[in-house]
Amino acid sequence: MRRRLTVTLPDRAGRRQAPRLSAGRLAVHFGLLLCALAFLAPLMLVVSASFSSEKGISEHGYGLLPREFTTRAYEYVMKDPSQLVQAYGVSILVTVVGTAASMLIMSMLAYALAREGFFARRALSFYVVFTMLFSGGLVPMYILMTRYLHLRDSLLALILPYIVVPWSVLLLRTYFRALPSSVIDAARMDGAGELRIFAQVVVPMSGPALATIGMFTMLTYWNDWWQGLLYINDDSLNPVQLWLYRIITNVEAISSNPALAQATSAPIQSLRMAVAVLAITPIIGAFVFLQRYFVRGITVGSVRG
Amino acid sequence: MTGIARRMGARPIHEERDRDEDRPGGGGAARGTSSPGATGRRWRSHNLPLLLIALPALLALLVFYYLPMLGIYIAFVDYRPARGVFGSEWVGFENFDFLFRSGDGWRITFNTVVMNSLFIVATLVTALAIALMLNELRDRWKWLSRFYQSILFLPYFFSYVIVSYFVMAFLDPDRGLVNHAFGLGQHNWYAEPGYWPIILTVVSVWKGVGFWVIVYTAGILAIGPELLEAAQIDGASKWRQIYHVILPILTPLIIVQLLLSIGNIFRADFGLFYLVTNNSTLLYPSTDVIDTYIYRSMTKFGDIGMASAAGAYQCVVGFVLVVLANWLVRRRNPENALF
Repeated sequence: MRRRLTVTLPDRAGRRQAPRLSAGRLAVHFGLLLCALAFLAPLMLVVSASFSSEKGISEHGYGLLPREFTTRAYEYVMKDPSQLVQAYGVSILVTVVGTAASMLIMSMLAYALAREGFFARRALSFYVVFTMLFSGGLVPMYILMTRYLHLRDSLLALILPYIVVPWSVLLLRTYFRALPSSVIDAARMDGAGELRIFAQVVVPMSGPALATIGMFTMLTYWNDWWQGLLYINDDSLNPVQLWLYRIITNVEAISSNPALAQATSAPIQSLRMAVAVLAITPIIGAFVFLQRYFVRGITVGSVRG
Repeated sequence: MTGIARRMGARPIHEERDRDEDRPGGGGAARGTSSPGATGRRWRSHNLPLLLIALPALLALLVFYYLPMLGIYIAFVDYRPARGVFGSEWVGFENFDFLFRSGDGWRITFNTVVMNSLFIVATLVTALAIALMLNELRDRWKWLSRFYQSILFLPYFFSYVIVSYFVMAFLDPDRGLVNHAFGLGQHNWYAEPGYWPIILTVVSVWKGVGFWVIVYTAGILAIGPELLEAAQIDGASKWRQIYHVILPILTPLIIVQLLLSIGNIFRADFGLFYLVTNNSTLLYPSTDVIDTYIYRSMTKFGDIGMASAAGAYQCVVGFVLVVLANWLVRRRNPENALF
């Protein structure tokens, strides 16, 4: 629309109208395209390795295209998918329960902090912000979790440490503040209590905001391996990321020991890549469909600082 | 009463207008005020329920953030698991003394600060360059620049476990792409600490730049076309537009983000330094940072004293830096300050 307007002004028509494909623009496109391909290269490398034969990999190394295309690694995984299924099960359970619980209590806190007239609003906001400035560090946390809360080898150890993320609480508070206060006041006039206003008025009006923060929470839970590394020793409780980590360390051990490597018939090199691909797939899916939520979250977050 | 949720959720604006009519002062002005008198009733109907609503998350913060803060105390005792935290003997600054006299303290501080500085500068420069490039392409083939932006954002979604697979595919001594493509034989990258500041910077930029591109693109979009059109009318070249219009306007945003990054310069990204390096002992001279040191002291050597001293040191210095950074941000632009 704006362009049409400027075209009517003769002296800048040439400049504004349809930026033509000048050499400069082509160069920029070329640069960015190259950049994008470079960013994708690692992914291509891993995917093509998962479709390569062991012999191809050991002779030519990993390549951007499969060496001697085969699906043997995937067949091998599917022959006994119990570990894969179990790890996925743990990850899905932790992600679903964690995200639901975390979103519920974080948005409840954020709602209270957003309500003007709440007497402890400022004090509690500081209580939240302070946790972003200062932390006890790893050692006290580890001792608390294992010695006092007895959460070693418990799925709660994967959920609880991330259940309240101060940054998300502050973002939610910003969103809730932007809601028209007259609606809340009106609900109060109708005699609705605070919990009811929160559940039946504020939450239904905040769909996009909750979705945005929910996506980040989900990503945190799904991608987490750190809590598992600290607190999970029982292999049946491995989430996907931790399982992948154990595989990479095990394969290093196997391939550095020729006797072991001879003994196993498994295509270990392509196998671990196949497992990695299976772990990446849901992330890529989420990325393709949910990317705009993340972009919106980042944009809102950065505007506030 | 039953229908408030549905009615209001569906059409808040209309509802707002209807309600405002039968109330003096209108919605906005009446915000937060309660019916006259009766502070006790207000407490029961307003403050107490809100406090209860906030309670679960407040408790979680108490347990998982505030209790560990008290645990800084562990750094000052000779911790014996059998005796518990408060039964262990007080030793003052002995653990810290050990940490710095062994030289470990200085080494990990140096590595953490230098590596983080590299990441901050490299990410800032790359993100700005890409955001400016994307901006040039904005008015034509929009889908293509959106495609570039998406691809650059993709690595943000991968965990460091997956990133370590990616890096290994490049650098594996036997099968890695780099050794095969450049005929380097079995060059063992995981044994040469000298390369890793560069390798980790590349990985860090690759993983994080998409995020910052989005931030800076939002900043550029907020400028609005009028200024740039005015510059064009005045005959300013692309470069002059970038230097004299876009960058000056982005400066506050850049400075704020930079200060906040510097506030966090004492906190290393554990996954990057632990997983991407395969935790290779030979790389420690350049890749051992405060966080990996704490983890290793605690889990591998069971040296709670050293680990907690390093942790307390990191927390306190980190706190000072964050507060300082925030104070500087606040002086420039109170809107962007964290607190």
